[in-house]
Amino acid sequence: MNKQTDDIQNPALTMNGIGKSFPGVCALRNVNFNLRRGEIHALMGENGAGKSTLVKVLTGVYSMDCGSVRLDGKSIMIKSPQDAQKQGISTVYQEVNLCPNLTVAENLFLGREPRSMGLIAWRKMNIQATELLRELNISASPTAQLDSCSIAIQQMIAIARAVNTKCKFLILDEPTSSLDADEVRRIFALMRHLKESGVGIIFITHFLEQVYEICDRITVLRNGELVGEYEVRNLSRLELVSKMMGKEIENLSVLSSEKEKVKPADETPIIEAVGLSSGNAKVAPFDLKMYKGEVVGFAGLLGSGRSELVRSIYGADKSVIGKLYVRGKASRIKKPLSAIKKGMAYLPEDRKAEGILSELSVRENIVIALQAKRGMLRRISRKEAEKYADEYIKLLSIKTAGTETPVKSLSGGNQQKVILARWLLTNPEFMILDEPTRGIDVGTKTEIQRLILKLASEGKSIAFISSEMDEMIRTCSRMVVMRDRRKVGELSEENIDQSMIIRTIAGGDGNNE
Amino acid sequence: MNKVVVQIKRFFSRLIVIFQRLFSILETPLRKIFGHKLAIPLLVLTAVIVQNIISTPNFFDISIKNGLLSGYIPSIMDEAGELLIITLGMTLVIAVSGGVDLSVGPIMAIAASFCGLLLNGSEYRTDVFQNPYILALFIGLLAGVLCGAFNGIMVSYLKIQPMIATLILFTAGRSIAKLITHGQTIYIMNPVYKYLGVQIPGVPIRTTILISLLFVILVTLLVKLTSLGLYVQSVGINGSAARLVGLNSNAVKFMAFVICGLLAGVAGLVGSSGVGSVNSGELGMSIEMDAILAVALGGNSLSGGKFSIAGSVIGAYTIQAITTTLYAMNVRPDQLNVFKALIIVVIIVASSEIFKERIKRLIRRILSSIPKSSKKTTVVGGCSDEN
Amino acid sequence: MKIKPHTTGDSFPLLKRKRISNTGILLMITILLFFTLYFASTIYFKSSNFAKYSVFFNLLNNKAHLLLLALGLTVVLITGSIDISVGSVTGLVSMVIATMLTQEGVDAIWTIPASLAIGIVFGAVQGFLVAYIEIQPFIVTLSGLFFARGMISVINAVSVPISDKTFMSWSGAKVFIPFLYNERKNGTLDIAYLTPASIIAIVVLIILIITLKKTKFGRALYAVGGNPQSALLMGINVRKTKFMAHVLCGLLAGIGGFLFTLLSPSGNPGNGVAYEIDAISSSVIGGVMLSGGVGLPIGTLFGVLINSLIERVVPLLGITEASWPRIITSAFLFIFIVLQSLFIGAGSKKGLKLTLQRWMTNLRHVFSRRKKNQPSS
Repeated sequence: MNKQTDDIQNPALTMNGIGKSFPGVCALRNVNFNLRRGEIHALMGENGAGKSTLVKVLTGVYSMDCGSVRLDGKSIMIKSPQDAQKQGISTVYQEVNLCPNLTVAENLFLGREPRSMGLIAWRKMNIQATELLRELNISASPTAQLDSCSIAIQQMIAIARAVNTKCKFLILDEPTSSLDADEVRRIFALMRHLKESGVGIIFITHFLEQVYEICDRITVLRNGELVGEYEVRNLSRLELVSKMMGKEIENLSVLSSEKEKVKPADETPIIEAVGLSSGNAKVAPFDLKMYKGEVVGFAGLLGSGRSELVRSIYGADKSVIGKLYVRGKASRIKKPLSAIKKGMAYLPEDRKAEGILSELSVRENIVIALQAKRGMLRRISRKEAEKYADEYIKLLSIKTAGTETPVKSLSGGNQQKVILARWLLTNPEFMILDEPTRGIDVGTKTEIQRLILKLASEGKSIAFISSEMDEMIRTCSRMVVMRDRRKVGELSEENIDQSMIIRTIAGGDGNNE
Repeated sequence: MNKVVVQIKRFFSRLIVIFQRLFSILETPLRKIFGHKLAIPLLVLTAVIVQNIISTPNFFDISIKNGLLSGYIPSIMDEAGELLIITLGMTLVIAVSGGVDLSVGPIMAIAASFCGLLLNGSEYRTDVFQNPYILALFIGLLAGVLCGAFNGIMVSYLKIQPMIATLILFTAGRSIAKLITHGQTIYIMNPVYKYLGVQIPGVPIRTTILISLLFVILVTLLVKLTSLGLYVQSVGINGSAARLVGLNSNAVKFMAFVICGLLAGVAGLVGSSGVGSVNSGELGMSIEMDAILAVALGGNSLSGGKFSIAGSVIGAYTIQAITTTLYAMNVRPDQLNVFKALIIVVIIVASSEIFKERIKRLIRRILSSIPKSSKKTTVVGGCSDEN
Repeated sequence: MKIKPHTTGDSFPLLKRKRISNTGILLMITILLFFTLYFASTIYFKSSNFAKYSVFFNLLNNKAHLLLLALGLTVVLITGSIDISVGSVTGLVSMVIATMLTQEGVDAIWTIPASLAIGIVFGAVQGFLVAYIEIQPFIVTLSGLFFARGMISVINAVSVPISDKTFMSWSGAKVFIPFLYNERKNGTLDIAYLTPASIIAIVVLIILIITLKKTKFGRALYAVGGNPQSALLMGINVRKTKFMAHVLCGLLAGIGGFLFTLLSPSGNPGNGVAYEIDAISSSVIGGVMLSGGVGLPIGTLFGVLINSLIERVVPLLGITEASWPRIITSAFLFIFIVLQSLFIGAGSKKGLKLTLQRWMTNLRHVFSRRKKNQPSS
């Protein structure tokens, strides 16, 4: 508990000693959180910090194991999202949760439309909507269809709907993540307006600049525990990043590094990107060179555009802009298959949605990429496939009952190894590993890190993304730093240490480049 | 009264305990038997055969009449021929897209109509082919392929739901076929025309059986010798993951629909040859329902992903066996649809996750409510937890 | 598009620039298509009296039952579901009515509740399986289609003509519309009329227009079709809404079956075959999106009128084959489905522009590659 901050003003919404665990994981441990009326409070934390669990407890999606929630000093129970709304706690999510095919006014009033004689009074509804929109200064016509509005306007309408249900507290879960700067300004104007009218806002975002622009206080979580609650003006960016990452600037010690000293020779890079960008503005155009035998880390907070950057090299998303040279040759990579044929491999961030083919066997999951590379007619025979599978099961020590086990029955770490095996089998020159160590046990994590170093020493070029900085420092020979969807710097080997990385990520008062 | 109620409750709770013990003993062997993917289809087929053996003792008799194998089993295999060929294509389509191809019946009619028109010119009936036989077959199959490609383009490149895309040919197809044949039934009297669907002179087995088995082998080879099977399953299970490992999801889907169209064309030619005429209003009528049913009975999920050709084959034979059995019981073909519709709903409901979940919850509720009056609570509770 | 903080009324640039939505475009295409076709036929087939009022109203009289089926489909399609059993249900209802009147000798008035009951039962069972067990609506209603078709021949495998006097009087009744008449050559008046079936259909249409536009249930249908997750979060009972949509569709199919029997008073195993496609194409041509959430009953009316017009015009073109109207309707359906898929793939106008741009860049790339290849090869 931070007694000092509590004393300043009696908070309206308090969560005390919240604990929540899922089978095998403790998501929240004795977390306290306070929200006042008329403040904007940032909830910060990296992957797995427990932000979303805390929000879900507060909105009644999850029930908490222990702890208490008080509203104006009275203890309350929140059973469901609807119940939360009744108590005055509304949420607006990253994806707009409105109906695109209805009008703006309907989206504002759906479920509680003004009626006369049992029928919906459209005129009245439109007038009320106009009033509400004007009051909140949202420039949208109530009779327009929602999907004719820009995403920012839609997001503002979602907020307006939430506010209109007599909401006292508003949770904004990354509302700005798909907006451009101008649109963000408009959302902020609305947030300030609400703040002035006494609404308490919890703001979750990955953009540091936005936190410093609009928030009053910050609560930082890490690994399910409370790190602290701070006034924004008392906490520098550097301190914030270091608190989120769990490293104190004062006692930074250089970690022993296992990596071999690889010096990129003066040869043509395996991958060279010039002004490359995914067309839908998810990452700003960037330049990048990747050489043989090096591990390049992509550091940055969650949502800083790390994944989008590497995906644009692989051609995973359509409409890529810019130029890409593979071994010095200009190449246009429109689809993953052409990337694979050029010797690339991509281990996606979301294993379940984009990685494993859950119902297929370990063997089939391992050979699928090689098979795709070879083409449909040159089938890898069953015998050959089994040989490969056995080989890689042994090589990566994948724990499975056999080659024919469905991959969905394996543990997360072993599934990840299966995907690694899939790509190693294609013998790639350039591997993109997006969070290969997320959600797997510690032993497997170290194994995968060793493997990465070994692969680099064999001459492969590896792009490595991880939310754990230690891991990256230990394995990477170069670091690309991302902030707010932009490549903001590159650290060569001698500069890779925590304080430097954190400074670059935080930007502003850190001396980057 | 109360005492009686308590007694009854106690009796039931004991009964449940006994059942649970029995189940826990039998669980592993039962799981092993029922865990195999072909267990259910084989079981159903066995049940139908057993029923037939009881009702017709000479079920297994096979004799040679007029130089042809005859008997119950050959006749079921013969009648299942078209269905079997269609089912093969349907299996691929369902696996790759999680939707069905409704238009197989009309495609059969279109293919046969083209073939009949070429062979027969515009005569009402004729004994002489007007065009080379092979050419007519080829054009018929080409029509099937084109129809399949039409469906495939809509599903894969225009991203239209498979069922809606194929609905267009489902209804327009027969009208197109009627247009080709000028609304008349074409009778083809040349005995060569019956080779495909009845018998090639000197061969003691019906051609339908041979052709359908030939296509089972061909499709199995296609699936096993190329990596088409793996591709189809990958796309069906997780389209975006399949794309990221370098598969062209659209092309794979397109191919599955083209194959389905081709096989429907084959079935159409075989079917019209079997009756020696082309009747575009009747040929392949409601065969799509049978094919879907066969795929489901074969243990394949109707929402796509893994598939088994063997399962579908067993499914198709099972459907035909059921149909034949019901015919023997004087059920008319159009009435059969009632049973088939009911069976398919039951299969799908029973395999749906929500239904299973509800049943489990229901059983748990019953188990937890009964033993309250008896002292066996702990035993029952413990057992049910383990299960 | 910057806004100044705290400005007043004049800061609403979007208010004045009213855009036409994709729905509006589709609906306008349909209405325009109908009137173009109609006026074209008026001019082209002078001898067929398209300029007469009675001919115009007969377009509806001939297809009153189809309007009911299409309205039912409009409702389920709006929720993002589908029902392809309506044609068979129509056939089943007509067979049940015929059997009741001819073989059982039941009073004609009882055929009305029987029709409604059949429709509701089909709708409720299918709706339950779709909404609460979450089975694909296509499979469920395909089974419904075959079940109903099978039941027809279970009840009666032969054609059953209706001769009941009460029923025939309903069937033959005409309600003349005052002032809308043309003079025939022999001097008699050809007065436009509506059949009772058409009047029922119009009443149902009006009720549905009000329901969909002005009741909570109606708007819930749209919300569920637009985005079920959002609808759930906004406090709508998604399952119940879907279930009720199917029940309503079943009910309308039941009424449609009754109206069909009024139009052709006999029970026949082939009745209502492929009516589902006419109903679906009428809805889709009328601007209902197959992906759900979009569509208006009034559009469906025009879809039905187009369908009816095609059926009338095609024989006049000298095409005697009975299969042409269906092929043409299907072709229309195909065109509209493709149009829709382009709209959906695009999402919104902005999206459409993006897709077009992407196509253009791809094309350009293909051409540039070809140019590069030419000198080398």
